[in-house]
Amino acid sequence: MVNMLLNGLQVSVDEGMTVLEAAKFFGINIPTLCYNEGLTPYGACRLCLVEIGEPGRSKLVTSCTYPVGEGLIVRTHSERVVKTRKLLIELYLATCPSSKVIQDLASEHHVTRVRFRPRDEKCILCGLCVRMCAEQMQGKAIGFARRGVDRKVTTPFDRKSEECRLCGGCMYICPACQARCQGPREEKPICNACLNLSQPCLDYFDDAMCFMDPCVACELNSGRTPKSERRNNP
Amino acid sequence: MTVTPKRLRAPEDLTVLRQSLVDRTDDRKPRIAVCGDTGCAVCGSLGLASSFKEIIERRGLKDRVGLKVTGCLGFCEQGPVVLVFPGEIFYRKVGPGDVEEIIDRTVLGGELVERLLYRDPITGQKLPRCSDLPFYKNQTRVLLEGNWRIDPNDIYDYIARGGYSAVAKALYEMTPEDVISEVKEARLRGRGGAGFPTGLKWEICRKTKGDTKYVVCNADEGDPGAFMDRSLLEGNPHSVLEGMIIAGIGIGARHGVIYVRAEYPTAVVKIRNAIEQASELGLLGENILGSDFSFDVTISKGAGAFVCGEETALLLSAEGKVGEPRQKPPFPAEKGYKGKPTVINNVETFANVPLIIKNGAAEYRRVGTEKSGGTKIFCLVGKVNNTGLVEVPLGITLREIIFGIGGGIKNGKRFKAVQTGGPSGGCLPEQMLDLKVDFEELSRAGSIMGSGGMIVMDEDTCVVDIARYFLQFLKSESCGKCFSCREGINRMLEIVEGIAAGEGSPEDLDLLEELACAVKDASMCGLGQTSANPVLSTLRYFRDEYLAHVELKKCPAAVCRALIRFQIDENLCTGCGICRKECPAEAIEGERRKPHTIDPNRCMKCGVCMEVCKFGAITKS
Ligand SMILES: Cc1cc2nc3c(=O)[nH]c(=O)nc-3n(C[C@H](O)[C@H](O)[C@H](O)COP(=O)(O)O)c2cc1C
Ligand code: FES
Repeated sequence: MVNMLLNGLQVSVDEGMTVLEAAKFFGINIPTLCYNEGLTPYGACRLCLVEIGEPGRSKLVTSCTYPVGEGLIVRTHSERVVKTRKLLIELYLATCPSSKVIQDLASEHHVTRVRFRPRDEKCILCGLCVRMCAEQMQGKAIGFARRGVDRKVTTPFDRKSEECRLCGGCMYICPACQARCQGPREEKPICNACLNLSQPCLDYFDDAMCFMDPCVACELNSGRTPKSERRNNP
Repeated sequence: MTVTPKRLRAPEDLTVLRQSLVDRTDDRKPRIAVCGDTGCAVCGSLGLASSFKEIIERRGLKDRVGLKVTGCLGFCEQGPVVLVFPGEIFYRKVGPGDVEEIIDRTVLGGELVERLLYRDPITGQKLPRCSDLPFYKNQTRVLLEGNWRIDPNDIYDYIARGGYSAVAKALYEMTPEDVISEVKEARLRGRGGAGFPTGLKWEICRKTKGDTKYVVCNADEGDPGAFMDRSLLEGNPHSVLEGMIIAGIGIGARHGVIYVRAEYPTAVVKIRNAIEQASELGLLGENILGSDFSFDVTISKGAGAFVCGEETALLLSAEGKVGEPRQKPPFPAEKGYKGKPTVINNVETFANVPLIIKNGAAEYRRVGTEKSGGTKIFCLVGKVNNTGLVEVPLGITLREIIFGIGGGIKNGKRFKAVQTGGPSGGCLPEQMLDLKVDFEELSRAGSIMGSGGMIVMDEDTCVVDIARYFLQFLKSESCGKCFSCREGINRMLEIVEGIAAGEGSPEDLDLLEELACAVKDASMCGLGQTSANPVLSTLRYFRDEYLAHVELKKCPAAVCRALIRFQIDENLCTGCGICRKECPAEAIEGERRKPHTIDPNRCMKCGVCMEVCKFGAITKS
């Protein structure tokens, strides 16, 4: 066991844990995008940032990859963390607005504007699919190619892979292409429909706020019947 | 004089060998040193060297006059450079036709060849000796000293000047702990960029448990325009090898790897040759100098990615994996090459080590500052009069480097900014010229030491354009793993390009600053963490210039194409018509012998008209 200071609380946790796991254990919610319990932490989305060290000499690190240690001081929601995290979410929104996961993150973290030029990327390069394929499906059919803005997930030499068994694990785990958000219209990269839900909805739907699955407001907006309603009158 | 290699089996053998070579160090003996490094080689120095050789042989002077093709002599601007000993006479821009004359008049006759001497641009005086030239006079050449006197292809040259005696001393007169504490005491800090105390790094690695440990030399040097490490490897490869062996003694490693970028083929040849020669003499391999310490060095070639200079990426790349940085901890000292404890240092860091061991930490620390000992090599480039490789004590001011050694700004223009630390360094303005160059001061000022690039800019440089240039470089060199770095740099560039195109707004500056801070904070490796420096430092010191771009839609330095206008002064224009003929956009109209005009809608701002006008009638604003 090691002792550390987590948001001002003296806690003791198992050695070998990551800061993210420790925070989860104590009920602190840290947003993640490229993390999944069953896969090796990757540290690419940068959303799980936390501040470590004495104030004044602190730095930000990704909690999903940072190991706990004796005497470590961690702040998961300091001003610096929140500000950086919000800007990253804003960047995600500007880059990949059609992902419902990202739209929900925006609402959850009150990101209500996008100041960057909107683009519509299909992939956020979180690498979940690559790790899913390699670690859970023993496939190793896909990987990363190129660098910088040209980086992409692909099969070797962009050819059809012999290794791929079409299991669909990659699609299942993808936060960008699974469950497209119906919310945003083309000229507006941000949905925030969840934030604008009026109070009556709260009685009407049994799930209070809808960062939960599926996004009720989005489905409302697109004119489809929400799940809860469907359940009542099939 | 040729020596047949004989394995050295004890430190005394080395001493005996050195004594037999003593006449090589005699600077009174006539000797010619021709710079064979890239800058001079491009200007034909290798041909020059062979004509020296041929003439010396033809005239039967072989035993009387020595000839060496050396590594970079530093003053690349004046190449091809030839030094004549005794006297360290400096001849510049030497051509094949000058060879006979140099031999006849200087080497044999002891006179000077006036026309090949360097002329001080300020006083107009001709300066014969290296030590008279302001460029050399104001430097402290400790590491680069070897480049003047040593033939990099000949290990005996190095040994004659005390080479490998530090290895003998570390093996026979010191314990590994002594070696480490000497390096710590010397306050040697890593020259690869971050400035981590080298002794401390070694100590951590020594204390980490493990049977197999590695010493890795970082010779990736990917900064555009930097060639400090290449010059050391090509000019004095044994000093780097010796440093690596001593590191091996210190941490208890028996294998070393030099990771060198594949774009440095000459350096690879020189190191390979050096490794062979050292192995023949028993200075590498099993039982070095008869001790029970063994150490070998292999070469690993990179594949041209800037990010592979980052230590964790480099180690992965050397193992044959994808060169992407990984999260630290664990640090390489705990878990590095092939998962084993590894010390990774820069070329220049290793080159400092033999000096420390040989002369002792106290002597070494006589140069440098309280917190960092020794000298640092910089590549002084850009709009200064004297460009080249300069070695200065840490703690010297920027002004001394740029004006004392660099000889001030070209063409009498005004100094505007100096960029230190390579692509992810910061731009420092005139009011920072008295800043002392060391790791802390530079980072306090918003820049970094980096590996030693130093780009001087004059008043004709636009800082927005500079930020754009470096962001573009970093955008294509980011590995792309961290979202904050990949997308952050991309978006910073998008905003800066908008500003340069006249589409920026004052809010863009705030957004740019906010984004830059986030990228700096959120990225994993040094590339992302420092990528915001060009933006943040220019915003900090040159905000007015950004404001001129976004508010007045003007580029004060007249660089950003979208914001400049070419105009013809009708009083000066003679109507010769040459600009009309040369303009590729057919934007210039006018009758012969009457003042011409430029149609701003058609003008594509290439600037050809301004270049061809003989009357200076065309201006841009
Ligand atoms: C993007 C990036 C590029 C780097 N490039 C180099 C390089 O070309 N050469 C080098 O010696 N160090 C480079 N470094 C620094 C290394 O990561 C590391 O700090 C250094 O090799 C440690 O050696 P030192 O302690 O002797 O400086 C780079 C770092 C980063 C983040
Ligand atoms: S969850 Fe930690 S970086 Fe993505």
